[in-house]
Formats: sequence, structure tokens, C-alpha cells
Amino acid sequence: MSNLAVLPIIVPLLAGIIAAFIPRKTTVVRIFSRVMTIVNLAIAMYVGFEVYQNGSIILETGGWKAPFGIVIVADMLSVLLVITTNIIGVACVFFASRSLTDKQESFYFYTFFFLLITGVSGAFLTGDLFNLFVFFEVLLMASYGLLVLGGNKVQFRESIKYILINLFSSMLFVTVVAFLYSVVGTVNMAQIAQRVQEVEQQGILTTIGILLFFVFATKAAIFPLYYWLPKSYIVPNPVVSALFGALLTKVGIYSIIRVFTLIFIHDTAMTHQLFIWLAAFTMIFGVIGALSTNNVKLIVVYNIIPAIGFMLMGIGLYSETAVAGSIYYLLHDMVVKGALFLLVGAIVALAGTSDLRKMNGLIHHYPVIGWMFLISTVALAGIPPFSGFVGKLLLLQGGLEQGNIAIVIVGLVTSLLILFSMIRIFIRGFWGEKDESFTPDKKKARAFAWPIGCLVAITIFLGVGAEFVYPIVADISTYLLDPSLYIDSVLKE
Amino acid sequence: MEIVTSILAGILFTTGIYNLLQKQLLRIIIGTSLISHGAHLFILTMGELKRGNPPILVEGVTNYVDPLPQALILTSIVISFGVTSFLLVLAYRASQTNQTDNMDELRGNEHE
Repeated sequence: MSNLAVLPIIVPLLAGIIAAFIPRKTTVVRIFSRVMTIVNLAIAMYVGFEVYQNGSIILETGGWKAPFGIVIVADMLSVLLVITTNIIGVACVFFASRSLTDKQESFYFYTFFFLLITGVSGAFLTGDLFNLFVFFEVLLMASYGLLVLGGNKVQFRESIKYILINLFSSMLFVTVVAFLYSVVGTVNMAQIAQRVQEVEQQGILTTIGILLFFVFATKAAIFPLYYWLPKSYIVPNPVVSALFGALLTKVGIYSIIRVFTLIFIHDTAMTHQLFIWLAAFTMIFGVIGALSTNNVKLIVVYNIIPAIGFMLMGIGLYSETAVAGSIYYLLHDMVVKGALFLLVGAIVALAGTSDLRKMNGLIHHYPVIGWMFLISTVALAGIPPFSGFVGKLLLLQGGLEQGNIAIVIVGLVTSLLILFSMIRIFIRGFWGEKDESFTPDKKKARAFAWPIGCLVAITIFLGVGAEFVYPIVADISTYLLDPSLYIDSVLKE
Repeated sequence: MEIVTSILAGILFTTGIYNLLQKQLLRIIIGTSLISHGAHLFILTMGELKRGNPPILVEGVTNYVDPLPQALILTSIVISFGVTSFLLVLAYRASQTNQTDNMDELRGNEHE
């Protein structure tokens, strides 16, 4: 029964291996991948249902007891994120055949795609710090493959930088694990958390905590460490950008949530205060980047960064409301970023340019894409009936409860500027006179619209159906703020 | 003994980072492998370098060295092998396509 927890990792892994045997038969591998992603989503949802009914599933791999073997911990937070990952996966796999060329598709796109899903799900589900590193590498290796797929000049240029920065942060991760091992003598997260409370010299632990934060901050693109992100996310195919934008940075922020609610909570005055500062700078600098450019892809890429800032702010405030806000915002942002990246990919493909100044009056030709773009934009900015509102409301409420007015003001102003930067695409690109010389490709637009429509529908559900989702998120927040629940469920004492 | 290996790991990190900040692509890759050597040596050091027998079960032997860091290093070595070989091939292809291996020339907005 507890083997359920490993299925969201095993199924995409096997699917990726099988897809590697039939790369040239494009139709076969396409149908196979679509079926497998849907199967995997169904499995993830079933695991989610089981966890919701009976509490966390702990799988001790190989039958070794908890601190000695590797544990897979499926608690509510991990499972929700795995489900969201698979939703993005389904949308992207259906979008892929419409946006990739046949040649790119036949060069192992689906294998890399499934390995990316394996790595992301594994990183969400693992209960062991070194295993987290391994799953990081699984997803990074897959992302390197996806990033250079197609192989034009710019992709080579930018992927070198992306790989170098990730290689360096991975090595730093290994070093920090070694540091932590020498202090607490274990790599199992639950046991580390238990021993950290007993260690007398807290100074060294704070140092290790900050180092670990820098590793995850590089992956998640937080203020001083976000410089690698914008360029390397616009060069690959739109569907690959969507996978990256929706999943990769979120793995970093999930690791920060996990580590800084479970392990390093002995000196919150220092660490979590630092997070609030960095969150404010992340929001400001990200949104400045988004305002600075006329390239539609770059505008959306820069909008990843303030969203990360919002989530970090919730962890920094470290109260029940704020952490719930972070988690709600995380779920919302994965879906809405997936939708926006796919939309922008569709817009660039349909308009034939990514320069905002050269677009005009697209709404006359592609009304469905246009209205979906508007919905995603207002959802991102946090206009009430849509999903971004709930998360931001909770975050700002958490800020006010602690009397931290400055961060609340930064958050509100950033939201306004996010709306401004995104609505610019809608106004400049979709409004205006109908261009009669432009011949629209309605068939292609319809094909693009389906996968995006599903993601937009989920965004609307997350906003309108907040009453269904919020109690779960609130429970997770309570669970996260009491590390003994996690420790007891894993170590079973 | 730990002091010596710690200093050695520190030197490996320093030279690695110095090479990472160079302009030539191949030097940068040499820098990354120096850093990974430093990291692996550091894991070994942090598992304590006390004298003991290799961690293979033999009758009559009791004092073994810590087997966990060795397993961690082995995993980490193969991962960095994989990434380095990918990076080398990528550097080869990139320098062919872009006609340069100078990092200063691998930038600009003209191809966006």
C-alpha cells in the first residue's frame, strides 16, 4: 500500500525509457506519451486522494528503517505539487506536437520530458537531502537536453551559461550536504531536523542554513542570483520554456519551504528576516526587468521573478496565514505560468514576431487566444475572481498581522506593475486596427487553444473554488509550522 | 589530517573559481572539474579521516571507516562525469557554430 508513494516517480521514468526506444516513429511516441501523462496524472490524483483520506504515506525503500534507508515522504504539500506538475505535463505534451518540428520531436523530446517530470516529482517526494540532490541532477540533466534541442546559435550560447551556473550550484549543494553531515551525522531530513534541535553550537547551523539557502536561491532565481534566468528561458522552444517556467524554479522554492520550516528554525530572527529583505528586492528587480523590454517572451520570463519573491515573502513572515499564502501562490503560479508561457509561444508563432512594437490588432484574428491571455494576465496580477488574488490576500494579511508595512506596500506596488507590464502585451498586441494584409492561421490557433484552455480553466477554478482548496492549504500550513508532525510520521517513534 | 585536506580542498576551490572566471571556454570547464574535485575531497574530509579498515566485512575486523561519505562521493563523481562530458560536447558544438570560444563574444542581442 505504501508503494503508492513511489508511483509518480516510477511511471514517468518507465515511460521515458520506453519512449527512448521508439523516437523515429513520431505518431506512435506522441500517442504513447499523451496516454502515459494522463495515466500518471490519474495516479498522482489517486495518491493525493489516499493522502487526503489517511494522512502522509511514508515509503521506506528496500525495507530499511527510516534514518538508515531512503524514505519517500508523500505528505499533502508534496502530493499537491506532484498533481500540479502532472497537470502542466499533460498540457505541455498536448501542446508539444503543435509547436515542435517533427525533427525536434523525433530527437528524444519525449524521453527528456518524462525524465524532467521524474526529477521534479522525485524532488517533491523525497525525504532525504542527498537524494534531493540526485533528483535535482535528474531534472537538470533533462533540462540541459531540452534546452539545446534544436541546436541553433543562441541556444548553444545560452545553455553553456545555464549549465555552468547549475553545475556550480550543484557542487555547492554537495559541499553543504557534507558540512551538515559532519555536524549532525545524517542526511535524512527528519533525523537532521531532530538533531538540529539538540546541537549546542547553533552558529554553524545558521551558516549551513544560509549556504543551503544560496544553493536553492540559485535554482529558484532569488534577487542577487537571478541573472542567469531571463536569457536562458527565452531561447528554447515555447513548450520547453513553459515546462521550465512552471516547474524548475518552483522546485527551488519548494526546497526552501521544506528546509526552512523543518530544519533551520532555530534562529528565525536572522534567517527569516533576511528572506523578507531578499523577497522585497526580488519583487522590485523582477518587475523592473519586466517593464524594461518589448520582447513578449522576455516580459513573461521576467514575471517569474516577482512571483518567486511573493512566495519567499510568505516563508520569511513565517506565520500560519503567510505560509498558507505562499503555498496557495505556489500552486496558482505553476498553473498560470504554464498557461502564460504557452500563450506567449502561441502568440509568437501566430504573429511571426516576438517584438511587441510589430504586433497589432491580433484580437480580430484570434479572439480565443486574446481573451485567454487577458484572463491569465488578471489572474497573475491578482484580480479578485481569479486565482492570484487568494494567495496574495493571504500573504499581505500575514504581513499586516506582523506589522511589516514596508513589505506589504512593496507587494501591492509590485502587483500593480506586474499588471501594467502584462496588460501592455494585450493593449499593444491585441487591440488596434485590423491588419487586412495579415493572413491568420485559424486552424493552428484552434490547435494551440485546447491545451491552454485547460490550464486557464484550472486557474479560474483555483480562484472561484477557493473554498475547496483553501482548507487543504490551511491544513498544510499548520502541518508545516509544527515540524514534530513530520519528524514523528517519518521516524515513527 | 583533516586540517591538511581541508586546506587542499580550499585550494582546489580557489583555483577552480579562478578558472571559472576566465574567458576561454576550456579553462572554464577545467575550473568546474577542479571545483568538483574540491567538493568530493571535502565530503571525504567531513566524514572524518580516522584510521580504520576499508568498509568491507571481514571476520575479526571491527574498526571500519565511515562508508556513507564514500557512497555519496561515488554518486557525485558519476553525476559530475555525466555533466562534464555533456558540457565538453556542448562547448565543442558551440565553438563550432559560433566561431569563437571567448565568453566575451558569446553575448549580445543581435540573434534574439
